[in-house]
Amino acid sequence: MQPARRLIALGLALALAASPVSGSDLRDLFFGEALFHALQGQYFDALQRLDTEVALHRGLDQPELDTLHYHIKNAEFSVGDFELNYRMHHRAGRAIKAVLEGAVDEAVRNEAAFRLARIHFQKGQLDDALHALARINGVVPHEIADDIEFLRANVYMATGRAGDAVKVLEQLRSDQSLTGFVAYNLGIAMLQDNRPQQSIEQLDKAGQLSTADAAGVAIRDKSNLVLGTILFESGSFERAKQSLDRVHLEGPFSNQALLRAGWAEASAKKYDRALVPWTMLADREPTDVAVQEAVLAVPHAYASLNLHGRAAITYGRALELFTHQIEKVDASLMSIREGRFLKALIREESRQDSGWVISLRTLPDAPETYYLMELMASHDFQTALQNYLDLEELRSKLNTWQTSLDAFDEIVKIRGQHFEPLLPDVDAQFRELDARIRLRLEQRKHLARRLQLILTAPRPEYLATAEETMAAERIALIEKQLGESDSLEAQSFRQRAARLRGMLTWQQETEYHERLTAAHVHLNELNAQVNTLTKEYDSFVRARQAASHSYVGYDVQIAGLRERVNNARPRVDDLMARQGHMIETVAINQLEARRKRLLVQQTEARYGVADSYDRAARAQSDEPGEGGR
Amino acid sequence: MARRNWITNTRAPFLAARVFVFLLVLCLSSVRGWTQQNDQQQQMRGLDEQVQEIKSDILNISQELSRLEEKLLYPSGTQVAIFIALAKGDQMRLDAVRLQIDGQLVAHHIYSAKELEALRKGGVQRIYVGNVATGDHQLEVLVDAKAEGGSDFTRTERFTVRKEVKPKLVGLTLAGSGNTPIALGEW
Repeated sequence: MQPARRLIALGLALALAASPVSGSDLRDLFFGEALFHALQGQYFDALQRLDTEVALHRGLDQPELDTLHYHIKNAEFSVGDFELNYRMHHRAGRAIKAVLEGAVDEAVRNEAAFRLARIHFQKGQLDDALHALARINGVVPHEIADDIEFLRANVYMATGRAGDAVKVLEQLRSDQSLTGFVAYNLGIAMLQDNRPQQSIEQLDKAGQLSTADAAGVAIRDKSNLVLGTILFESGSFERAKQSLDRVHLEGPFSNQALLRAGWAEASAKKYDRALVPWTMLADREPTDVAVQEAVLAVPHAYASLNLHGRAAITYGRALELFTHQIEKVDASLMSIREGRFLKALIREESRQDSGWVISLRTLPDAPETYYLMELMASHDFQTALQNYLDLEELRSKLNTWQTSLDAFDEIVKIRGQHFEPLLPDVDAQFRELDARIRLRLEQRKHLARRLQLILTAPRPEYLATAEETMAAERIALIEKQLGESDSLEAQSFRQRAARLRGMLTWQQETEYHERLTAAHVHLNELNAQVNTLTKEYDSFVRARQAASHSYVGYDVQIAGLRERVNNARPRVDDLMARQGHMIETVAINQLEARRKRLLVQQTEARYGVADSYDRAARAQSDEPGEGGR
Repeated sequence: MARRNWITNTRAPFLAARVFVFLLVLCLSSVRGWTQQNDQQQQMRGLDEQVQEIKSDILNISQELSRLEEKLLYPSGTQVAIFIALAKGDQMRLDAVRLQIDGQLVAHHIYSAKELEALRKGGVQRIYVGNVATGDHQLEVLVDAKAEGGSDFTRTERFTVRKEVKPKLVGLTLAGSGNTPIALGEW
């Protein structure tokens, strides 16, 4: 990616950060969890969780009852963002296309189109990006309105339509997060559109914007650096220097700015003033290109000031530095060829903080990493390195999973050994208990049915107590025994039996309502008992099922996964080896180029030493009273 | 450019010949370099596509493995998952969280700067997944943090959590200020 494109991408990334999928008012914990990983740069974990959640959500009969429902739009968009951040350009956009093609309202469709356009842009598919942007019409969510126009301008710039980009950017009045990027891009677009004077004015404005955040300061510095360079090239050395002086002394562009500020002064023949930035720069990290140039520029300035003695000394220092740096490059090259570079890159402790590249350089006894920062400036190297680190992470995951699968196998086996001897007895007892429970439940149902019938056709005898039932049966027996006898005694007994029956009937009829109420109360009490019984029954059934589910049916799944893991491992190893080789090749090519440059600089320094001593000696002989300064 | 005059040269004709040879070599090496670079870029693109492909495959394996793990280790009937979030806009510096369920220490997490930043930006951490029986359980949450002003504070809260048949998701929202330093939410 060209530097300008990289800066545009940074602008877009910032635009994204300005409207994150916020965790505030979060309704779905798993979505929040995916964000937690993504916000730490753990895109694999974020994707693994969110993709699963989104797929589960889509498979629901009533997705509106799922808590992800509240965030589904953001979740689908986030899947695309995570895929892009995880450098899965082929997959990125798949989820967003699904939104775009779904039945969604205009604002959501427009946001999806914007996000899709951004993905195409980052993939370098500029026509597709323009096509996606063309799909945006009607209601646009307010929070992305500026981002859309910013993206449109960037696509125009990337496709060479600088004039159109200028028109869009001139109309754009963005919020604080994009102001610096809009101002800078407008300046660049004007330059591309052959409007150098307007470009200079615009970059001048961009270079003076007040900002506090790191990205804002960086883009302001970049504006000043570019402006300084343009002015320098056009011969406006004083203005170039003013612009370069505005670059923050500790920022990422400071070395280049100091170098060019020196050149601006030197070009105006103000060598003494050129020495100020160059001397400052010469004391910085000696592996930096700008610093190495400054080391040679300092004696050049002294020589131009006819301070040949001082020039000879500083050329001498430069010679020493270049000799030392060539040794370091050689050490780096040898270390890389011996395969130590790749090992250094994947040191876990080195990647714990964002400045790991800088930390690596300071590791003792690690010559392979001396020039890592310089290598990181190459996009090819960065891509190769990121892929290598991703592959290393995947390799480590596959190894862990292999262990996990072994453990799962053992869990299943142990569970089987534990449950299999127990379950037949448990099942037999359960069957017996189950039959008894079913019988009781049937009885309860029968009683409930009877009570229901009584409500419409009263049957007091149904509510007889046990004593009454027994008494009624005895009366019936007595009556049966009396038979057809017509004796006086029999008649007397029959009358007494009839009286007793009448008493029973009286009791049942008069107490009917109370008994009916009591029967309902008791039935309800029974219901509570039945509910408890049913819960225990269900709980047992679940526990019984869980016992089976804890070890039955996993073999095929585990075997399938093991096969897939086993297949993936050699593929990852092979890709890592090839990617590693690529990194080493890129690193070696870069370092060899650097070595060539250092050799040229060393030769210049060596020649400079000799020439300066020669001139100093000549000056001394011409003016006997004055020694070489 | 001024740099061309860095080194005063008194042997100009000789140097001119050398410069010509140097430029010729440079041109040839540039052509060769360009071809080499182009090949390299082609190879990189090819490798990049294969890396994307394997990432996709491994993501699918990971998803299936995660489902298997959940089914095998944390079945829905007994699963309990506890999540940590920070109250919106809260600027306390969370140092550590300890969780006890029914008196047993189940999680003790010390936060890195990256994790804290992710929580502040709205991320939610799944701090614990485990198994408990259905019924009521005592959850004790202990938070060590630094308040916005820099003072240390420790808060402990106890909650009763009811586990039913379905998986239990418990969200704990922590705040350095306000009346509820640890708020319980159930999903």
